[in-house]
Amino acid sequence: MSPPTKNSNAPVLPEGLPRPMPLPDGLDAPYWEAARRHELFVQRCSACRGWQWTAEWICHRCHSFDLEFEAVPGPAKIFSWQRPWHPVHPALAEACPYVIVLVEFPKADGIRMVGNLVDPPEGEIPIGAVVEPVFEDHEEADPAFTLTQWRIADST
Amino acid sequence: MTQRRTLRGQVAIAGIGESVYYKHGKSPDAQFKLLLTAILNAAEDAGIDPREIDGIASYADDGNPPDRVAAALGMKQLRFSNLVWGGGGGGGSGAVGNAAAAIYAGFADCVVVYRGLAQGQGARFGSAAHYPQAVAGEAATWIPYGMMSPAQIFAMRTTRLMHEHGIERSTMRSVAMAAYHHAQNNPRAVMHGRPLDEEKYDSSRWITEPFRLFDCCLENDGAAALILVAADRAKDLKQKPVYLLGAAQGAEYRSGAGGHNNPDYATSSFKTVGPNLFEMAQLGPEDVDVVQSYENFTGAVVMSLVEHGFCSYEEANEFITFENLIAPSGKLPLNTSGGNLAECYMHGLELNIEAVRQIRGTSPNPVANAEVAFVNSGPMVTPATNMIVGSEATL
Repeated sequence: MSPPTKNSNAPVLPEGLPRPMPLPDGLDAPYWEAARRHELFVQRCSACRGWQWTAEWICHRCHSFDLEFEAVPGPAKIFSWQRPWHPVHPALAEACPYVIVLVEFPKADGIRMVGNLVDPPEGEIPIGAVVEPVFEDHEEADPAFTLTQWRIADST
Repeated sequence: MTQRRTLRGQVAIAGIGESVYYKHGKSPDAQFKLLLTAILNAAEDAGIDPREIDGIASYADDGNPPDRVAAALGMKQLRFSNLVWGGGGGGGSGAVGNAAAAIYAGFADCVVVYRGLAQGQGARFGSAAHYPQAVAGEAATWIPYGMMSPAQIFAMRTTRLMHEHGIERSTMRSVAMAAYHHAQNNPRAVMHGRPLDEEKYDSSRWITEPFRLFDCCLENDGAAALILVAADRAKDLKQKPVYLLGAAQGAEYRSGAGGHNNPDYATSSFKTVGPNLFEMAQLGPEDVDVVQSYENFTGAVVMSLVEHGFCSYEEANEFITFENLIAPSGKLPLNTSGGNLAECYMHGLELNIEAVRQIRGTSPNPVANAEVAFVNSGPMVTPATNMIVGSEATL
């Protein structure tokens, strides 16, 4: 999706949380591979052209098994949010509070993604604000992976 | 012509039993011993030899398997065993429904529904310290972002509820205060002697915004059990029979879509399950005398009450008040034993037991002449379940 994305300097959350790995059966591998390239790919049905996330073997609309991964069109908007204060994992002991957002893609059938909000404002987080992806590389991990975080767009 | 298929009035809850309820880590007894105690208490309550139990129903990946229970109790035979899918507390009422269905269908004659859960002896639900170093699949799209505990998994539905429908924090506070109020009359309650007022709620720490500490359920050690038999048999047993008038389970369209992609987001998963329940019970929300509504988090209780028709979204802030939620005077007495917030987090099965007490007239906070009691289990999970029980007068 556009606009082009930028690297984050420091990860939102410290190392030590469970890291993501692609499913052994290959279902969601294109999503994780795209994130490494700093692209945001989700499923799109080749038959009915509907967008689908998270990944599944079948199109829930038309039952086609012919699903491809494509770059998801923007904009992305904040649909909901929370701000954890209680550290539920030892790696978060010094990291609270942080903000988790649920981001919605109105031009991609309303699919949603969970991520962290980079540089969040204090207090209420603006539902409906346009956000841009920030690809957070974890090069030191083995294997390396990339998380997709979000930043409120300047134009909002 | 097809006859309407219904469980209404066919099966009764004849016995209820609990262990002592403890704060997590405080039980001197092992989880399995707590469970056996609860089952034996339920059998004694019913006046049934526990060896006559021939069926087992549970939920939430209960860690006390039926083979071990049947062997430990010396059950003469095991004819039915069943578990509702799902790791959350959604299945409690569904397990009661499954037990009743088994009896009505002839699989078994005497079924125990149980939940044994000592969080102090296993992993605490509110901690993710035991999570693996790597996660795959749908959960990999949220766990690495620090969304790990049940409070975190469900918080954003409540944010959305407040945003879409103008639900106020004071409405959620009323749910918490009613539970704590009722627990003060319940010596079994973990929070007995620990009252809650507005100031204490308002100044409590955030767990994750929009949830404060008192919006969240407890973590406890304990066990609970109910024993069901056919309605005609229940009349000859020790207690006043409490009849199952309806039970339902499930969720609406694509409720379980991964990564928080359920189309209708700010829901407790009862928009279809609620009407299905009332259809079987041949009752409406206006017929319910007392409500036991599972509090994983207070916002979910608000959703559950609306989705079952006890009030509308527009009415919620004015209707869901402390005065309306307390027994015996309120319009809709709620969680009259203290529930998951203040009696014990027995994964909601303590709510099913309290519904039975209300119909028997033995609740610590009795609602006068209660004939119809409602329970909904585990809002926001899939499958979510619910049930309605009633006195003989409702048959």
